[in-house]
Amino acid sequence: MAGLAFLEKKNTVARPGYSKWLIPPAALCVHLSIGQVYAFSVFKTSLVQRFESSQTAVAWIFSIAIVMLGLSAAVLGTWVERNGPRKAMVAAALCWGTGFLVGSLGIAIGSLPLLYLGYGVIGGIGLGIGYISPVSTLIKWFPDKPGLATGMAIMGFGGGALIASPLSNLLLGIYDPQFDPANSGNGASASALSATFLTLGLVYLVFMLIGASLIRLPEGFGDDATAAHQPGRGGALVRAKAAIRTPQFALLWVVLFCNVTAGIGILEQAAPMIQDFFRDGQDSTVSAAEAAGFVGMLSLANMAGRFVWSSASDRIGRKPIYMMYLGVGLVLYILLATFGQTSTAVFVVLALLIISYYGGGFATVPAYLKDLFGTLEVGAIHGRLLTAWAAAGVMGPLIVNGFLDAAGEPGSLVAEDYHPALITMVIVLAVGFVANLLIKTVDEKHFDDEAVRSHAGRGDHTDPAGEPATTGGTR
Amino acid sequence: MSSTHDDGTRTSGSTSPTSALVVALAWLLVSVPLAYGLWQTLVKAAQLLG
Repeated sequence: MAGLAFLEKKNTVARPGYSKWLIPPAALCVHLSIGQVYAFSVFKTSLVQRFESSQTAVAWIFSIAIVMLGLSAAVLGTWVERNGPRKAMVAAALCWGTGFLVGSLGIAIGSLPLLYLGYGVIGGIGLGIGYISPVSTLIKWFPDKPGLATGMAIMGFGGGALIASPLSNLLLGIYDPQFDPANSGNGASASALSATFLTLGLVYLVFMLIGASLIRLPEGFGDDATAAHQPGRGGALVRAKAAIRTPQFALLWVVLFCNVTAGIGILEQAAPMIQDFFRDGQDSTVSAAEAAGFVGMLSLANMAGRFVWSSASDRIGRKPIYMMYLGVGLVLYILLATFGQTSTAVFVVLALLIISYYGGGFATVPAYLKDLFGTLEVGAIHGRLLTAWAAAGVMGPLIVNGFLDAAGEPGSLVAEDYHPALITMVIVLAVGFVANLLIKTVDEKHFDDEAVRSHAGRGDHTDPAGEPATTGGTR
Repeated sequence: MSSTHDDGTRTSGSTSPTSALVVALAWLLVSVPLAYGLWQTLVKAAQLLG
């Protein structure tokens, strides 16, 4: 269709002089929007009351969305790479916005399956496409600082929840003046919920479309055959199909899975965990409001870790920084189990560091992939790797809740009841640490001959800003 | 005005550098909601520290 030609990859190439500093805000428009998914719990009480359902039935909405994120990123990663970031970001905006609109209809007519379909399935596809759509473009614009570039965008995913949580409560309060977010047992009315979903869907649609309008590929990247791709270590330029057959991909999958499993276990249980660690009889010395403050601090650490650690990886290398996430993380878990209950300050500092490593692991992985496989299809490879996130999203809470369910009833648990779960996380992190140690340079047999020949024929390269490019540091 | 390159890609518009104002506005667009979210979270987190 001629009218949609501006979405084509070849028409997304930047004109000479286009600032590369417009690319991070374009990416942030998408990631700040889709990061809303981590704030979904603000609707939980209202949705349980609306549908007169169990908490589990409502929790499925979030779970479906996260599983669809992993699946769509894996399945559509190559499509995103071939069609360019603008078409992908528009598709993500339409899916994410439509997900809210269909969800709004589901709430209005009282149909939970429609909410599963809308927010869970359609919105989840938008999450997957949106998450990976700007990542490879950022790496192409900032070939010498891929960690910094992807850290900026993926930090936005963490930041999206910080915005969505108060914004959602604000909207619910506007549409339903009786609603009080401070009263955990008081849900908003169905009409307020439906109107809030509708409003959020429209706001996110517009915000993401602005991002799509700003995004550009660097000059020379409009056509895959002639693009000046940056090779990884050892001159690696590997296509997604070949990459997933390499031991490096499998090992990195394990690394991401272990890092996410360990972090998500704490994140999912954060508020009750801090209260249980400081329980004296039936009462905890940490109030519900203080526990909510702790959850807020974890969100900040998660977001900061994405930017700070990912940027640091450009200097110290990808392999060493994952040794820190997993190795130091492992020690922090042991310290949390051993000394966590001695003071809230010790508990909070240890938990903040652990969650910063969790965020850092997410943000650094695209740069790690770039180092290993080159930029040829790094977005598509990243998409396939995100299945580790979907799997860990199920496994982390299963481990923690499995041990806690066996230990006793919520509200009666103490610090010792968390020890089996924390020690399990230590083992999980140890497995990830070993997997990271085993990652070596990709064998030449996996390289794409045509891309390597094309690169060799082109000679030396500079980044789009005219600075010398390096192949990064998987040291 | 648009030009077509050897590889078939097209770039449109002028070749002058992007205005610093446009870059600043784009960053403002994402920074304002992020600052709102950060502030709200800090207020919540202060309950633990206070």
